[in-house]
Amino acid sequence: MADRILSLEDVKVRFRTLDGVVEAVKGVSLHVEAGETLAIVGESGSGKSQLMMAVMGLLAGNGEAEGVADYRGTNLIGLSKTKLNTIRGRKITMIFQEPMTSLDPLFTVGSQIVEPIIRHQKVGAAVAKDRAIEMLRLVRIPDPERRMASYPHELSGGERQRVMIAMALANDPDLLIADEPTTALDVTIQAEILELMAGLQRRLGMGMVFITHDLNIIKRIAGRVCVMRRGEIVEEGEMADIFARPRHPYTKALLEAEPTGRKAPPPANAPKILDGTDMRVTFKIGGGFLAGPPILLKAVDRVSLTLRRGQTIGIVGESGSGKSTLARALLRLIPSEGAITFDGRNIAGLGRNAMRPLRRQLQIVLQDPFGSLSPRMTAGHIVTEGLLVHEPSITSRQRDARAAQALEEVQLDAALRNRYPHEFSGGQRQRIAIARAIILKPKVVVLDEPTSALDRQVQKQIVELLRGLQAHNDLSYLFISHDLAVVRAMADHILVMKDGRLVEQGSPDEVMDHPREDYTRRLMAAAFAA
Amino acid sequence: MTDAVSKGRSLWADAWGRLKANRAAVWSGVYLAVIVALCLVGPNLTGHQFSTIYQSYVRVPPSLSAYPKPQSLDAEIKEVAKRAHLDLKEWGAKGDRIFVTVTSAKPIDPRVTRYLDRSDSFEDSKVENRSDDGLSMTISTAVKYIHFYFGTDTSGRDLLTRTLIAGRVSLAVGLLAGVVAVLIGVLYGAISGFAGGKTDEVMMRIVDILYSLPFTFFVIMLVVFFGRNFMLMFIAIGAVLWLDMSRIVRGQTLSIKRQEFVLAAEALGVGSTGVLLRHIVPNMLGPIIIYVTLLIPQVIILESFLSYLGLGVQEPMSSWGVQISQGSRNMEGAAWLLIFPSFFLTSTLFALNFIGDGLRDTLDPKDR
Repeated sequence: MADRILSLEDVKVRFRTLDGVVEAVKGVSLHVEAGETLAIVGESGSGKSQLMMAVMGLLAGNGEAEGVADYRGTNLIGLSKTKLNTIRGRKITMIFQEPMTSLDPLFTVGSQIVEPIIRHQKVGAAVAKDRAIEMLRLVRIPDPERRMASYPHELSGGERQRVMIAMALANDPDLLIADEPTTALDVTIQAEILELMAGLQRRLGMGMVFITHDLNIIKRIAGRVCVMRRGEIVEEGEMADIFARPRHPYTKALLEAEPTGRKAPPPANAPKILDGTDMRVTFKIGGGFLAGPPILLKAVDRVSLTLRRGQTIGIVGESGSGKSTLARALLRLIPSEGAITFDGRNIAGLGRNAMRPLRRQLQIVLQDPFGSLSPRMTAGHIVTEGLLVHEPSITSRQRDARAAQALEEVQLDAALRNRYPHEFSGGQRQRIAIARAIILKPKVVVLDEPTSALDRQVQKQIVELLRGLQAHNDLSYLFISHDLAVVRAMADHILVMKDGRLVEQGSPDEVMDHPREDYTRRLMAAAFAA
Repeated sequence: MTDAVSKGRSLWADAWGRLKANRAAVWSGVYLAVIVALCLVGPNLTGHQFSTIYQSYVRVPPSLSAYPKPQSLDAEIKEVAKRAHLDLKEWGAKGDRIFVTVTSAKPIDPRVTRYLDRSDSFEDSKVENRSDDGLSMTISTAVKYIHFYFGTDTSGRDLLTRTLIAGRVSLAVGLLAGVVAVLIGVLYGAISGFAGGKTDEVMMRIVDILYSLPFTFFVIMLVVFFGRNFMLMFIAIGAVLWLDMSRIVRGQTLSIKRQEFVLAAEALGVGSTGVLLRHIVPNMLGPIIIYVTLLIPQVIILESFLSYLGLGVQEPMSSWGVQISQGSRNMEGAAWLLIFPSFFLTSTLFALNFIGDGLRDTLDPKDR
């Protein structure tokens, strides 16, 4: 039998909350062997992260863990902090989802890697520095000697995640726990990081626990898979088996959660509804009274698009490619240059007040279902806020009725309208955000990554909801996403953007199956390679 | 999220639940409520007016038993007799009344009883027996028992009543100046942060300029121009303390206005006022409330400071600051003049600070 590094037996995690005790993990047993990759898959709230947090002793203040987490003869659960610190950070290390916040912005990358090396290996600063450079080279950061002196903000998201990996590997750990390490990254970078991690794991022979909600990712990396749901493991097995012969209905549902189907294209003679010609958005960075001339950043550079009634245009590209900026400029939410025609009327020069009556026909649904709803308003008030502006004459009773109706339209229980956003799940919140947009009966809705923050299964439901609403209300969508599977299920026409420019456009089949540009090809390869 | 209650639990309800779990904050809240209730109704229940002067009881120490004390009755009666130019022959208690026999070289006017009544210690004096020549008279009188639980001050006024009245002033200043500071600060800071750009620059530079004015100097100038006035103090304190508030609020506004729900509201066509009042202000109420609980103690202390300098409230009105200032001058002979108002002031400030601490913990979004 192979060398067992970590075995968990009947681990339970509880959180004391105002509503009583919440059991996040209800008795999970699993083990990790040296040199293998174990993937823990589950949707958000399944307890997959909390399980590993418990092992690492990183639970929030109101959480408590129970059970046995045996690391080479030591039970980590309930171990004192001092003893735990001799193991975690040295023998078991962890990388987190958000590379933006896991690095301290006040210290150079080098000092952040060197510090744990000095601490755990008891070596001098010079030795530690050499080791750090070696680690940066290992994670394939170009020019590591120079990068040592960089601050985190000088690195891209992918580079930061590489630094995090370098830090985690610096002390030759037995076990690396990766908690959604690629979720916050673009698909192309995601693919590179996954490849890097798989390669390192083989080379260094360590064990790895890979926590993710995305089954596609583990195809490339995992040996064994545990599927978690509501704090329990529902299925465990070899990766190939799980994909080929899923036994548990939940696993099947997860595997089938890829958005499917296509949207019926609009009639060819559908009238133009929104048209942007030669759109340019320039941001001024810095500058001012004594700071000299500002730096001009062209976020959108001469992009034109025409949206017809009933049509969905998908805009894809990496983060920073200007896709959200373009959409916001089209809705006149940010200043831009270029002509914008809505319903045969030039709206580019309209002022705030002149735009207001048009706002009800041009709506937007934003990416973050947690940030886009005001936490101090009830769902009902959020949904009907637009009515306060556009139909000020109706009574609050009528507004309440409209809220109920709108929530039912997005398949939410109307009785929930007195609840506050934090009481809803991510998918439910996104439904509220959609209800807020469609209650005004708009003609054009910008969907700015509406499914990116959601679990696969919920994504599928939201995609179906959006398609249904579109057919029912004759809506036109501008659908922004970096998730190409979702775009394929939604769009009639695709624009590919890079660095503010339009790189390629065409029907989904053309762009996705026969990309002409190199950039598009890379994007597609990263997204669909399995 | 599975239970089917139709009424939502707001963040406020959440925070309230957490606050209730914080013992120190809850007890401080209860204590503060008791103090406020005492200051509001207390002065009507003590049986004394805050401005009544008891000449017989100047600087008497606090006592749970009533004044006059038996041992001081003799001196008091002698004093009254002297004031009435009568010779005291004898006095003695019979039942609950005191019988005083006085003599004089001239016939005694029966109206001398009012000398007794005029004293703070006696009431209901009656002539019991007057000799035929009028040179001797027996007067019966009831002892007027008065309680001074906190003693009296240097003018012979009941300290309990005065402390409670002073509490009214201190708390009112704290509350009103606090409200003034919050209203101005929130409005100014929110507008400045929300407008951004040049407007923000100008508004914040004005705040910087006001910051640079020395506070005491500012108050003295106000007093010089407008005379001493109770309202003036509210204005002076409020006008200075809103500066902190406006900065805090501006910072909060800057971070909230970048949130997506503000963008969503703008996309709905909601105007600036709507965005400010419906989205921005409600979402920073947490920090504002916390700041208010820290601001009120600050205001009370400032008022004490001004009153200590003689720029605050005027006699016979009083505030805790004034009382402490007076008490500190009588520390040696009459420590109670310092102890009682100091206790009220410090315990109130403690309570407010605990509440502020508790609120900061409960409203901190990171704890959620």
